Amino acid sequence: MLKTFRIGGIHPPENKLSANAEIENFPVPRQVIIPLAQHIGAPANLLVKKGDLVQVGTLLAESAGFISANIHSSVSGRVAKIDQAMGASGYRKMSVFIDVEGDEWDAAIDKSDIFIDTCDFTAKEIISKIAAAGIVGMGGAAFPTLVKLNPPLGMSAEILIVNGVECEPYLTSDHALMMSKGKEILVGTQLLMRSLGALKGAIGIENNKKDAIKLMKELALAYTDIEIVPLKVRYPQGGEKQLVEAITNRQIASGSLPISVGAVVQNIGTVFAVYEAVQKNKPLIERVITVTGKHLAKPCNLRVRIGTSIADLIEYAGGLPEDTGKVIFGGPMMGKALVTMAVPVVKACSGILILPSLESKREFASDCIRCAKCVDVCPMGLVPNYLMTVSDFADWGKAEKFDIVDCIECGSCTYICPANRPLLDYIRIGKVKVGSIIRARKN
Amino acid sequence: MSTKLIISPSPHIHSGDTIEKNMYGVLIALIPASLVSFYFFGLGSLIVTLVSVCSCVFFEFFIQKYILKSKIRISDGSAFITGLLLAFNLPSNLPIWIVVIGALVAIGIAKMPYGGLGNNIFNPALVGRVFLLISFPGQMTVWPVPGVFPMQYTDALTGATTLNMIKNNFGEIPSYTSMFLGNMGGSVGEISALALLLGFAYMLWKKIITWHIPVVTVFTVFAFTGIMYAVDPMIYAHPLVHILSGGLLLGAIFMATDYATSPMTKRGMIVYAVGIGLISTVIRLWGAYPEGISFAILIMNAFTPLINIYVKPKRFGERKKND
Amino acid sequence: MNLIILAICLLATIGSLGALILFVASKKFEVYEDPRIGDILAILPSANCGACGYPSCSGFAQACVAAGSLAALSCPVGGQDTMLEVAGVLGATVLSANPMVAVVRCAGDCLNRPRTNIYDGIANCRAASLLYGGDSDCSYGCLGLGDCVKVCSFGALSINPKTLLAEIDESKCTSCGVCVASCPKSLIEMRRKGPQSRRIYVSCMNKDRGVLARKACSVACISCSKCQKACPFEAITIEDNLAYIDDDKCRLCNKCVEVCPTSSIKAFNFPIKKVKLVKIEEI
Repeated sequence: MLKTFRIGGIHPPENKLSANAEIENFPVPRQVIIPLAQHIGAPANLLVKKGDLVQVGTLLAESAGFISANIHSSVSGRVAKIDQAMGASGYRKMSVFIDVEGDEWDAAIDKSDIFIDTCDFTAKEIISKIAAAGIVGMGGAAFPTLVKLNPPLGMSAEILIVNGVECEPYLTSDHALMMSKGKEILVGTQLLMRSLGALKGAIGIENNKKDAIKLMKELALAYTDIEIVPLKVRYPQGGEKQLVEAITNRQIASGSLPISVGAVVQNIGTVFAVYEAVQKNKPLIERVITVTGKHLAKPCNLRVRIGTSIADLIEYAGGLPEDTGKVIFGGPMMGKALVTMAVPVVKACSGILILPSLESKREFASDCIRCAKCVDVCPMGLVPNYLMTVSDFADWGKAEKFDIVDCIECGSCTYICPANRPLLDYIRIGKVKVGSIIRARKN
Repeated sequence: MSTKLIISPSPHIHSGDTIEKNMYGVLIALIPASLVSFYFFGLGSLIVTLVSVCSCVFFEFFIQKYILKSKIRISDGSAFITGLLLAFNLPSNLPIWIVVIGALVAIGIAKMPYGGLGNNIFNPALVGRVFLLISFPGQMTVWPVPGVFPMQYTDALTGATTLNMIKNNFGEIPSYTSMFLGNMGGSVGEISALALLLGFAYMLWKKIITWHIPVVTVFTVFAFTGIMYAVDPMIYAHPLVHILSGGLLLGAIFMATDYATSPMTKRGMIVYAVGIGLISTVIRLWGAYPEGISFAILIMNAFTPLINIYVKPKRFGERKKND
Repeated sequence: MNLIILAICLLATIGSLGALILFVASKKFEVYEDPRIGDILAILPSANCGACGYPSCSGFAQACVAAGSLAALSCPVGGQDTMLEVAGVLGATVLSANPMVAVVRCAGDCLNRPRTNIYDGIANCRAASLLYGGDSDCSYGCLGLGDCVKVCSFGALSINPKTLLAEIDESKCTSCGVCVASCPKSLIEMRRKGPQSRRIYVSCMNKDRGVLARKACSVACISCSKCQKACPFEAITIEDNLAYIDDDKCRLCNKCVEVCPTSSIKAFNFPIKKVKLVKIEEI
């Protein structure tokens, strides 16, 4: 019996079209657009100005506080302008536009592919290197990694959990990364464990990636303190709370962080970025992205410089199909639909999914038949249909009483609803509203 | 760019599950029980079933089209289910006009005034049935004796149900095998435990319902009547007789699990099912009617909104607070 | 016979006992209420809209009596007439307030502001603005999904099906201000109704640079500052790439309206200017 989380969950069609595609290096584009806010928290403080010459790895903007991150140039060339550019959020954000000239790397970066497994750095040195490299959670939330490595006073990490679950349908970038950089990921895991003082490490991988489980298990034989944990295929197993429960069998209380049960969760991509930052001095300037879609000519996994336009990637994967309805930034369950394809790749972008127009439109929503399927699938044990009703009627008191703020916005309820009701749309409004009411009360 | 992209909040995919799929799934699950009743009750069962289904669908169509002037949604299949379940709860020799009245009450009083599918408080088919039981006690409490493809309708030979025999201490209770297969007196759809269980298995397989309500209801009845049987086997019937006779299985599997009128959460379903089991047993053992499942379900239907508010599902991270 | 007498006695005893309890309770727990509260309540419009800042009309009536002076109190729905009546009850004087009206500061209809994508979510402005900037390139404009329409108790707001913009019927608007808070884009503002309902305001909230704003919408404020220069009363300020007309300083001279290159400054209820007829021969 494979491990998994206890409450709720769904199993959407996996559609991992690019599962066997190896990672290809995407050519350096002619221009990149690098937003200053690629993470949760304060946007970084700009350090360059129009006309400056930059190299790969030049610091463009400096972390603006504890919850923030450094931003580096991913190309070499000249800063063309600093202006607002449309981001994946659907709002314009301040960004640095760089016209590419050549491919000059900062001298401190080790560009080679040589695998280095020895490391003499202390925990503090590792953490400062991670901070300098501007690493953020690369699974989608973009939470600065540095913050997770500094547990609050009185709490310590027992186990480092590496998230190789990739429970979103279609996406395969983590899978591809494990297949090609397994050794590096294990070293990265070791580095993170050392920086946290955690004695155990676990890499959770869903059972639909059997080849990755096999490979990682073989490689992990060399490390006695890292365990590879195969997990039952179930969405949203990649959710932090769900993954910690699946692996440690401990549930994190409402409003608490994984550290409260002694766990820290990092994404596979993040762990690889940590390896590169510490062993190779390489800041976070590129990442692996899945470009996929049923009607796309060539679904693929690409290693892309941060700031590359998504339109270029789609062109590389065979061009935009004619019947395109939606271009999604991320996976189909939690990704964001884009208004334009002139959006740059950012640190947290794990995939680009193109849905045909037939699958893009929502069906007509009829009355709730109270079948309770949304209650069955909710991984947080909430009552989505009730939360939707109270949100619709703006009854924030009841919404709070029924724990609307615990919603992780996984979308399982909307996915399963036979009446096609947009449950999550309403719950989101309520969650934001109730969250602000609670914060106002505390102050 | 020439084409406009479509924007909507996540999730961007849907399971493809629809109300229709669920409703037609229930209809498929009801097929075995219908076939058994055609076999034992023949023409009468066929007529009652057809009249009930047709009039339920007609009334729903009529009300949506001419009174509410709303979108016609009879194709969702819920009126078919109401009609079929209403017929299953009626004797197979019931005059047609009474069946039509039952359908009118079910759709016109218990379902549509509340806003149609999903908004009704009480199970429409049961409201129809109980209305007929109270209004026409004579016609509603004589059942034809089962035979093989009998072709009579209203003038069929009538007999009593097993529960009637227990209640009034007469007649010979049928063997377990005939009760299990359905060779006994009773309403159209309730006789064959085997056919109903087949339907239950199908609905579980298709994930239309969960096991909680039927299993807990039957278990509660089994436990309660078992205790009473242990107290005095001369007065109280064997628990197996209670489970296999009357409308218990039909009620527990198809009526109590009605989406709109049953609780949303697993814990709530268990509370609800225990309530149904207890009330129906109390009515059977000490009440005026030999059978109480209809009343039990309707009473618990009334409690469902309350259960929904007070019985929350097990929340993630809840355990942690007690540590 | 005995039975009847007994019953009568018993009932009489119970009755008088109950009356005694009620009498004692009414004296002991008596709460004095100023009769003027009831009088004022009768004058108020009973809309219970909360626009005055109190949860209901009766709360407002209590506040009026408690305050003594009506300087800080006003019923936006009833307006000046109602407040004068309230003042009559209390024997106080009332300051003359300027009647207000809500205005929607967006003029980007389907023609002016081309739609660049198709929104397929729920018809709720707040949900849409949580998701993204909106279905045009302007992320400040009216989403047209009607959150303000839903909260208006007076039916003064509607979404014009032709322009897909929120519109205010000024004859119905009571300036209660509920719609101001409901708009996630903060497009609705309470402004002076003005003499003969004449008023001028910048009908745009786009804070992008002029080029981007103009690209997204042909009637956007491009912060060219022409209006600022034209204004003889220094009523216009430009902040965050957006012009704003100060109600207190504006004298409705219409100069800014004439110079605005994108006609984003709107003048309402002014008589239509007589265009001088030019004889063809003169050309």
